[in-house]
Amino acid sequence: MRRLIATLLLVLAPQLALANEGGLKLLKADVDLNDTASLQRGAKMFVNYCGSCHSAAYMRYNRVGADLGIPEEVLKTNLMFTTDKVGEPMRAAMPVADSQEWFGVTPPDLSVVARSRGEDWLFSYLNGFYSDASKSTGVNNLYFPSAAMPHVLWELQGVNRAVFNTHTNPEGVQTQVFEKFENEIPGTLDEAQYRRATRDLVSFMVYMGEPAKLVRYALGVKVIGFLFIFFVAAYLLKREYWKDVN
Amino acid sequence: MNAITKRLVDLRDWVDERFPLMSLWNEHLAQYYAPKNFNFWYYFGALSLVVFGLQIVTGIWLVMNYKPDADLAFGSVEYIMRDVDWGWLIRYLHSTGASAFFIVIYLHMFRGLMYGSFKKPRELLWILGMLLYLMLMAEAFMGYLLPWGQMSYWGAQVIISLFGAIPVIGTTLSEWIRGDYVVSDITLNRFFSLHVIALPFAIAGLVLLHILALHEVGSNNPDGVEIKKLKGPDGHPLDGIPFHPYYTVKDLMGLSVFLILFSAVVFFAPEMGGYFIEANNFIPANPMQTPPHIAPVWYFTPYYSILRANTINFLWIDAKVWGVIFMGLGVLIFFLLPWLDRGAVKSIRYRGPLFKGALGIFVVVFLILGYLGLLPPTPERTLVAQVCTVIYFLFFLLMPIYTSLDKNKPVPERVTK
Amino acid sequence: MRDDAVDTRRRRFLTGTTVVIGGIGAAFAAVPFISSFQPSAKAKAIGAPVDVDISKLEPGQRLIQKWRGKPVWVVRRTDEMLENLNTFEPTALRDPQSDQSEQPKYAKNVWRSEKPEYLVLVGVCTHLGCSPSYVPDMSAPDVGAGWKGGFFCPCHGSKFDLAGRVYNGVPAPSNLVVPPYKFLSEGKLRVGEDNGVSA
Repeated sequence: MRRLIATLLLVLAPQLALANEGGLKLLKADVDLNDTASLQRGAKMFVNYCGSCHSAAYMRYNRVGADLGIPEEVLKTNLMFTTDKVGEPMRAAMPVADSQEWFGVTPPDLSVVARSRGEDWLFSYLNGFYSDASKSTGVNNLYFPSAAMPHVLWELQGVNRAVFNTHTNPEGVQTQVFEKFENEIPGTLDEAQYRRATRDLVSFMVYMGEPAKLVRYALGVKVIGFLFIFFVAAYLLKREYWKDVN
Repeated sequence: MNAITKRLVDLRDWVDERFPLMSLWNEHLAQYYAPKNFNFWYYFGALSLVVFGLQIVTGIWLVMNYKPDADLAFGSVEYIMRDVDWGWLIRYLHSTGASAFFIVIYLHMFRGLMYGSFKKPRELLWILGMLLYLMLMAEAFMGYLLPWGQMSYWGAQVIISLFGAIPVIGTTLSEWIRGDYVVSDITLNRFFSLHVIALPFAIAGLVLLHILALHEVGSNNPDGVEIKKLKGPDGHPLDGIPFHPYYTVKDLMGLSVFLILFSAVVFFAPEMGGYFIEANNFIPANPMQTPPHIAPVWYFTPYYSILRANTINFLWIDAKVWGVIFMGLGVLIFFLLPWLDRGAVKSIRYRGPLFKGALGIFVVVFLILGYLGLLPPTPERTLVAQVCTVIYFLFFLLMPIYTSLDKNKPVPERVTK
Repeated sequence: MRDDAVDTRRRRFLTGTTVVIGGIGAAFAAVPFISSFQPSAKAKAIGAPVDVDISKLEPGQRLIQKWRGKPVWVVRRTDEMLENLNTFEPTALRDPQSDQSEQPKYAKNVWRSEKPEYLVLVGVCTHLGCSPSYVPDMSAPDVGAGWKGGFFCPCHGSKFDLAGRVYNGVPAPSNLVVPPYKFLSEGKLRVGEDNGVSA
């Protein structure tokens, strides 16, 4: 009986959340939406590195400005390269036809990518590039093999080489298991700085995925607090009336 | 103060002479005598009415900004989430409300199973409730297509393809439902119409019939005692108390607890870890590419498991068709409960060990099926699902036998505390 | 039921308290639903200030620019037109000093504009929302006697002079609205923004 239950539990256990095809564990992004300075840096990185190819068509510049405390003048000079109207959404600088020709695909809109992929995946992806001469972009990605996107942040990170170990299982099947990255060409940032920069970028994308998140939690506390007071009143009222019944 | 009160009373009397205001009020609230021993399980009927109201109101507001067009739908949802003042809250209330609706309805139905609320004289009440459940499933299914994300699209594609399994007319039928060869803009448009107009009307009408039927036969209670049998000198049931004010204040208290839990989800976990809003639904629908793992929303997964569990061809009919048949039967068999149960007592409190055991196993099996429906299938899981499916149907099919053999306890004359 | 033991005062108090708290809650809950009717971020973006090139506008001409979905007129008035504005009988106009009409501070004068030469108006009749026609000529027999050039509403016959001031004895209650605007340069005008002067 015990064995039956054990087997049953094993069958019912959800597959250990595999990060991706490679079975790698994702890096933790540890996004903090209360860190406005980080979100501002992330916004700047987004428009400078992502915004030339990717749109964020549901996000308006003035909303970013209002939410992240960026004055309109700074917004216009530092963040807006595709339009001069602050109410416009964040469109990509590059025409769709060009991107189709250069990459074979249209770079997807990134407005809600943090909600479909998750913050940890984005963070891992941005930290997962390594050189691979067999790819047309010259790089491959540990977490998204054969991605069409080149390593846009390579000047910051430099170029990494991936070290794989060959594992052989008892049946003689060989698999390549990732071991570590080794730096080939140094970038302008060291490893810790690059992690911080990509964390900023991911934080901004999490914010962008749901701007309401900035106010949702605080409002929720108030609403639940109020409902609790209502509960107390309703409870006392019920108890008073039910004296008749009991 | 007195003058105002008098005016209001005059107004009420004026209306009452022209409309059965007071008699409706009395019949359904102030003079509707409900058993005094309702417990925790008796909150969910009133709560489902509240959630229905919430879905109607938030739905009306969403329709103001939503665009039922394959090119615009996904963007219009994000427009609501960002550009419309408070749109995010209205949307989360609606999306959380959908799941909350099923939670309260499942608990409400379980209450009925436990206390035998489907048994004579409440058969019609039960049937109306089951019709409501069917309508609610259709409503939820069509509503889920509207955000036009990947899960919306492929979920609808899979479920509509089920109808394709029906021999001879299958293909024609599924094309007729979609109005196209695949789920498309045309499908989206008609689902929108059904979701916001036809089904809400049908549900509202059925809710009214459900309540009228309830008030005709009177509420059951945890003891399964018919309180109408024993009436006091005033003609009111000895164990009954007027619904208003006693149950209105009690339900108000229940509502406040429900709203606290509901708000916790709306404000702190509207996606509920991907069970209420799935991550893949933040990718616009793409008819060219199916996401790697698709599962229906949690409230459909028990039936989805039954569907997938049928992998055997028999009686000249292939497995796919049997899957559809069993899934359909899995829902429809609930309609027969009043006639499958031969037990002499209603409430689980006085039932024998056979029924208690059967109901307990059924609940476990239902939960396992629901859980398996969320996971990708493996051969072992399919085996478990098959075993559970068999037990699921045995619960109903063997019911006439085990309920008549069961050693019931004597039922008291009056309700217990 | 033991009616004798009922504490009516306590019961009334608790009922009142619950109703009041519930009412406050309902009022707060109504706020999001009411606010969501306001112009959305998209509507505001579309209704953002617009720039108008007036460098090619000849004296006596009018151009029409869409702002917030409404026609906005820019008229470059001739000297003769401007002089005519001072020749009305005191009773000919309903609100000659624009006391009851809507305009930014810098347009509350006889010519109802910042620079006398350029008139900027929202081209929507203050009666029932039709867009009046531009009839600059003094000789317009179909408009009626005493016409000194201006705007004539085809819907209900309201008449306005070349400063958008309403004539007496027509249905429109007030002068045509002057939107906020500012000159960016000699030939460029921005409608919908005036650095907060009008606010």
